Amino acid sequence: MIRPDLNNLTNPDNLQMSQLSTAVPNTDFTETGSQLWLALYRLFQRDLRIALRRRSDAAAVLFFFVISSSLFPLGIGAEPQLLRAIAPGVLWVTALLSCMLSLGRLFAADNADGTLEQLLISPQPLVLIVLVKTIAHWVISGLPLVLIAPLIGLQFNMPAQELAILALSLLLGTPALSLVGSVGAALTLGVRGGGVLVALLVLPLYVPVLVFGAGAVTASASGMGADAGLSLLGATLLISTVFAPYAAAAALRISME
Amino acid sequence: MHWNSMSEFFAMGGYGLYVWGSFGFTVVTLAWEVLALKSRSKMARRALRIKG
Amino acid sequence: MQTTVNEPATDNRRINWLKYASPQTFYPLAGKMIPWFSWAAVVLTAIGLYISFFLAPTDAQQGEGYRIIFLHVPTAWLSMFLYVLMAVYAGLGLTLNTRLSYMMATAIAPTGALFTFLALVTGSFWGKPMWGVWWVWDARLTSELLLLFLYIGYISLQSSIDDVQRANRSSAVFALVGVINIPVIYFSVRWWNTLHQGASVSMTKSPSMAATMLIGMLVMALGLWMYSIAVILMRARSVILEQERRSEWVNSIEERA
Repeated sequence: MIRPDLNNLTNPDNLQMSQLSTAVPNTDFTETGSQLWLALYRLFQRDLRIALRRRSDAAAVLFFFVISSSLFPLGIGAEPQLLRAIAPGVLWVTALLSCMLSLGRLFAADNADGTLEQLLISPQPLVLIVLVKTIAHWVISGLPLVLIAPLIGLQFNMPAQELAILALSLLLGTPALSLVGSVGAALTLGVRGGGVLVALLVLPLYVPVLVFGAGAVTASASGMGADAGLSLLGATLLISTVFAPYAAAAALRISME
Repeated sequence: MHWNSMSEFFAMGGYGLYVWGSFGFTVVTLAWEVLALKSRSKMARRALRIKG
Repeated sequence: MQTTVNEPATDNRRINWLKYASPQTFYPLAGKMIPWFSWAAVVLTAIGLYISFFLAPTDAQQGEGYRIIFLHVPTAWLSMFLYVLMAVYAGLGLTLNTRLSYMMATAIAPTGALFTFLALVTGSFWGKPMWGVWWVWDARLTSELLLLFLYIGYISLQSSIDDVQRANRSSAVFALVGVINIPVIYFSVRWWNTLHQGASVSMTKSPSMAATMLIGMLVMALGLWMYSIAVILMRARSVILEQERRSEWVNSIEERA
């Protein structure tokens, strides 16, 4: 629930929501391009603002990433050569799992307070709304992973060049994970056992991203160059950006009936 | 036909365990599927009191 | 939920195929088809087994152990084919909104999953004596494993949602999203250097294996296909009874034992 801001009774968020959801946007019933982008940008801002108010949610995902990646040296043994070898895979897998854990927050909060229903009937295309929400979600949950991962990589004795490739691969990969994950989140909205079910649905679809991403870092470590893996990641990101919002929007409509 | 004897047939040139393991596993699995379906069908019909 | 079948006025001489789109008319039709497909399955599989064990020659490199191919390849083909078929029915359900399409997709999933599992198991039994390992994480095996996960995800999603309409439509969206895995499996041996052997059966080039072996594989594939049709029709009938249990026609079925 959005707690009303008692210091600012005009509550800018509510104002924005009503502007988003008016059934009659203007008198000539056409939405100009700039109005569309403005509405979407306000949605993006709103999502970011809400997420920043509940900073603990986003921080929890980050902490999970840090803690779970440190489990591996503790469990497998901290020999430096070994850690360097397993680092790309371990960091990629824990980043992937962190992304997956954060998916629950993508639609659930809006669903709970009725905002999602309003978004469904708003004049803006649902596909674009979903895309914007997913991007906002990635900025909050995925981008911090990209920024922290090189620090964790240092704990695994990764050299500087590998760290750069790791960050780049995560930069390309985590948005794809958020986009593909949005489909899973939309499909399981409000379903009991949602967390595990999302994992079951989304992990098979995550595997190509993981293989390309971790593969790019490993390839650069062994001297073969990360170009192939990074190109494949870029392609996957493009394809997910184009197709995932459609699937997620369709899934949202089905889940909300 | 190039099996000289029954035991040769079962041995499969040394690969008997793997060949018969695969075929046996498949037969068991498919038989289980059919049996499970028959049971499901019986329960569905019984719930609706359809003869069968 | 009762539906009335809209029968468009047709020429008496032409069969009204649309009639069979209703569960009510499909149920007895399926019942009549099952024995035919069952017998076809028995006969074809018997012939296929005869070819596999008595007509196909001993392989130069792999001795008698290669005979697993007569199970492994047909089950793998079927695992992919059944998923595509399931996705087609899912798509038909979403576009035409016909309940029977969803019921068929639901009926296909478990059989498809079983064949995927059999493909993996027979593949392991073949791999161990030939290449010394029960499993490798190469592209083809991994993507076939992913196919199994996709089937499981589809089945889990459907059974987790109580509302039948939403369950059908959500899992249909998921099935369609997962279809992208099928070309990955098929082309994986061409795109990546894998332990799994490359394509030996091609539509255009002459096959690189003895003709008898090829025929044996095709006959077994056909036999298992007949089996899967029979089993899917059986399951579809059960699904129809379960989901239509409140409708009048179900409660007035008189079936001879």
